[in-house]
Amino acid sequence: MVTDKRPLSPHLQIYKPQLTSVLSITHRATGVALAIGTLLLVYWLVSAAAGEEAYHHAQIVLGSMLGQFFLFLWTWALFYHLSNGIRHLFWDAGYGFDLETAYRSGRWVIWTPVILTMLVWIVVAG
Amino acid sequence: MSLRTPLSRARGLGSAKEGTHHWWMQRVTAVALIPLSLWFVITLMTVVGEEHAKVVAWIAHPFNAVLLIAFLFATFYHASLGLQVVIEDYLHEEATKIGLLLFMKFAMVLLGAFAILAVLRIAIGGAHV
Repeated sequence: MVTDKRPLSPHLQIYKPQLTSVLSITHRATGVALAIGTLLLVYWLVSAAAGEEAYHHAQIVLGSMLGQFFLFLWTWALFYHLSNGIRHLFWDAGYGFDLETAYRSGRWVIWTPVILTMLVWIVVAG
Repeated sequence: MSLRTPLSRARGLGSAKEGTHHWWMQRVTAVALIPLSLWFVITLMTVVGEEHAKVVAWIAHPFNAVLLIAFLFATFYHASLGLQVVIEDYLHEEATKIGLLLFMKFAMVLLGAFAILAVLRIAIGGAHV
């Protein structure tokens, strides 16, 4: 049922973005991106099951610039969704709701995924 | 005064007859995915770029195959619950919403089945290794 004309909250054009709201929508965005990214995971597994030739082809596709770019984004998205997901689980259990803690945990879930993503790619490249 | 029967109140399932099942399963799969996704990324790092035979041997190892299937099941279950909420939140035209919900649910089941079948073929089905 479409019921326009009703006020929207938050009204995106006048709503000032805050750390908490930006992290919240990023959680959704990374969730959707990861769900679409499962296509890569399925492609990789099916290629491995299909045989050596198919797997070799998959390695070329995933090893290409574009493939590596998406895998890099996927790594970050996974670590972000994982870190912020743990933050959400603490909230679900009733902890960390006060403003100061919410902002402190928010800063943690900005940096943790960046550090973990770099760590993974440095180890893989090294 | 509530018109609900005492039985209905005690069950606490609400008008959708689901209660907190969706919310709860999203948390259960989320908790499962904490160790599973960390395990997946860490072990994936050890086989990435390796030749086919080594990757297949890694997947075929019973311990890895079981954890992979658990990871895949939890991933597609969690993704299906999450995408459902996103679609329900942002699509308000009933036909589009139901159409996209059905497409998404079918896609998640099929992708999960493809992935799990691939692991099973390698682990027990005698895929060309």
